[in-house]
Amino acid sequence: MTLHAELRVTRGTFTLELDLTIEAGEVVALLGPNGAGKTTALRALAGLDAGGRVRHNGSTWDGLPAERRPIGVVFQDYLLFAHMTALDNVAFGPRARGVRKADANVVAAQRLEQVGLAGFAKAKPRTLSGGQAQRVALARALATDPELLLLDEPLAALDASTRLRVRSELARHLRDYPGHTLLVTHDPLDAMVLADRLVILEHGRVVQQGTPKDVVRQPRTDYVANLVGLNFYRGLADDTTIRLDDGGTLTVAEPATGPVHVVFPPTAVSLFPDKPSGSPRNTWPATVAGIEQHAHTTRVELDGSPAVVADITTATVADLRLQPGTTLWVSLKATEIHTYPAG
Amino acid sequence: MRRLLAVVTALTLVGCAAKQPTTGEITVFAAASLTESFTKLGKDFEAKNPGAKVKFNFAGSSALAQQINQGAPVDVFASAAPANMKQVTDSGAVTASPATFVKNTLQIAVPKGNPGKVSGLADFGNPGLKIALCAEQVPCGAAAKKVFEAAKITAAPDTLEQDVKAVLTKVRLGEVDAALVYRTDVKSAGDSVEGKDFPEADKAVNEYPIAPLAKAPNAGAAKAFVDFVLSEQGRKVLAEAGFTAP
Amino acid sequence: MTKPPAVLLLPALAGVAFLLVPLAGLLVRAPWADLPRQLLSAEVGEALRLSLITASLATIVCLLLGVPLAWLLARGDLPGRGILRALITVPLVLPPVVGGVALLLVLGRRGLVGQYLDEWFGVTLPFTTTGVVLAEAFVAMPFLVISVEGALRAADPRFEEAAATLGASRWLTFRRVTLPSVMPGVVAGTVLCWARALGEFGATITFAGNFPGRTTTMPLAVYLALETDPDAAIVLSIVLLLVSIAVLAGLRDRWISGPT
Repeated sequence: MTLHAELRVTRGTFTLELDLTIEAGEVVALLGPNGAGKTTALRALAGLDAGGRVRHNGSTWDGLPAERRPIGVVFQDYLLFAHMTALDNVAFGPRARGVRKADANVVAAQRLEQVGLAGFAKAKPRTLSGGQAQRVALARALATDPELLLLDEPLAALDASTRLRVRSELARHLRDYPGHTLLVTHDPLDAMVLADRLVILEHGRVVQQGTPKDVVRQPRTDYVANLVGLNFYRGLADDTTIRLDDGGTLTVAEPATGPVHVVFPPTAVSLFPDKPSGSPRNTWPATVAGIEQHAHTTRVELDGSPAVVADITTATVADLRLQPGTTLWVSLKATEIHTYPAG
Repeated sequence: MRRLLAVVTALTLVGCAAKQPTTGEITVFAAASLTESFTKLGKDFEAKNPGAKVKFNFAGSSALAQQINQGAPVDVFASAAPANMKQVTDSGAVTASPATFVKNTLQIAVPKGNPGKVSGLADFGNPGLKIALCAEQVPCGAAAKKVFEAAKITAAPDTLEQDVKAVLTKVRLGEVDAALVYRTDVKSAGDSVEGKDFPEADKAVNEYPIAPLAKAPNAGAAKAFVDFVLSEQGRKVLAEAGFTAP
Repeated sequence: MTKPPAVLLLPALAGVAFLLVPLAGLLVRAPWADLPRQLLSAEVGEALRLSLITASLATIVCLLLGVPLAWLLARGDLPGRGILRALITVPLVLPPVVGGVALLLVLGRRGLVGQYLDEWFGVTLPFTTTGVVLAEAFVAMPFLVISVEGALRAADPRFEEAAATLGASRWLTFRRVTLPSVMPGVVAGTVLCWARALGEFGATITFAGNFPGRTTTMPLAVYLALETDPDAAIVLSIVLLLVSIAVLAGLRDRWISGPT
């Protein structure tokens, strides 16, 4: 069973035009920068805003308000009802859909147990930790057995250590959930771990979609490349020589022709104080534009033709005495460069 | 405030020194029913006595009596009832013997056109009519009580209002079919209220006493104003307002 | 507890004195010996009972009309909302006596609406206990509406969206989600509203008149007692004061420090 959605929303100069299909049991992540229209899409799907046409199992949800759509939503800050216990929060959906109080409480207790919070039925939301609140929110969204589960940045409100644990729990729950799931996030890691398929949204349009593996390997926009941490260029290939659109030429190992995308990891880039003499066929001068210290490596942004990002060891930073404005030589092995047809 | 007091005191002192008792500021506390007539009298008094300035505080007589007993700086008190005057003589705020300057009698007030077809005091016992009276605690209510006792009528009022203006409002708006108020009130209400005399009215004649205060800041002028109210000219103005001579 | 700066402390203490010294004056001047007799007198009992009943009924009227009105102002999408909000606060600035006259002009026997009530149903509102309730509700409702509207505007509307995604109708959402979340505001508004209704004088005496047992509430009794017997007026005021403090304190225990 497939869920088809056609989302068309206009807000001032912003237009969202998004066609989505989600299979039963599939988790689709809607990934994009701030302002891309992710939340707009979620609200339209949920029926909180107009513009969400949905076909599913022979019925259409066009024009239905949220309360009449078979959905469950986990909001970014969970929006648990503060005056109700965890159990009442989870039972609220079934109650609202006409289930008798006693039965709704049974369902709610089961759902809480599934998320490992059986002992917290009587707890008020403000006494729960962030991770617990997130699980109550998930239990509440699933308590009505929705056809479509919508997750709006479900991990964004958690601190880093909790996040790791809750993410893997959430992944497990999503695997067990038979319905259609749409996960809205700007965090690539959440998307990669939780989703079967990524849909990348920029400026209200889909710019790329595919499995996490494909997207990571073959980004199609600067945003996606940046997200997955690759140097990314568009160019015109002629055998093993690629003329880059923004200036510069690269020599690659695999021959190709026509418009291509070119990617290589920042770790493939080496930096030298002087023009290297040796095997790498790609060398060019560049100027340090910025330096960022990461956990175990240093990321260096370099202006040149082409501009490039390099990850080097801290030892190298010290050897080269790097600082903004320093001129260096960039070296890149042809075998490290990956090309694939554009379009 | 202190500066104002100083000016007033200075004016008073100047007045005393020059032996001209009818200059300076005179503060008169007068019953609300005297509002129109005393305002006119004040203007006439000022016209006659250049340099004199009459300031009025119009309110319910009992409220005024209380303010005087609490020490308000007042020159003259004109009360709508002897009882309230007695409160200030009892406390010693007034030592001169009060003079009755006008009388007021009750009249039946009906809305314009007399929709309740009220013809006399007997109609006040008709429970089908909407009737307003003053509360017994205020002078017009006490007077009404006397009148009904004299006429041996058990009135069936729907409301006992806190003052005569409130009664008049209800007559004017047609909310009641009849009310008992003073002649002066009917007169002040203009065309929207009709007044009807009735014979038992002289069983409750209300006397208005006036007196200068013992500690009047402007004692000479206070006496002059009281005299003016009691004069032929003063009586004329009061008669126009519906009061009868004592 | 932090030590308050003197700049705040001094005016605060002056404020306390300003509010409490007149009350102390009442207590000091009260003829205490007379208190039991007054308390037990039929007139006082009657006026007190009438006051409590009418103030409570007026508060119920205010809740039934005012809470939906507050919701409309806070959440509704109606044009001219700002003007409507300003108009609703008019009874706050209007002298109550004028409010009473306005009620007479509309609901009186010859009033715009009242004449038809009389003609078609034989219902006249002035000089009735219902009239007292209406006058009190008229004057007290803005307190409730403003208080509840403030609470509603401070409440996050996304909770209502969350309820909708769980399948709750607008009405269920209002009852089970919105209303409980603004309960402190509703309670505060109700208390203010009740207190204002209990102390109402001007609109009541103007619209409903004064008749013992029917429309003479405590404030009216106090005012009229002041005409002849100031001591009795003080005693009546203290009775009203004590009863209202007892009720408000009781409400507070029940609602404000109750289950949250």
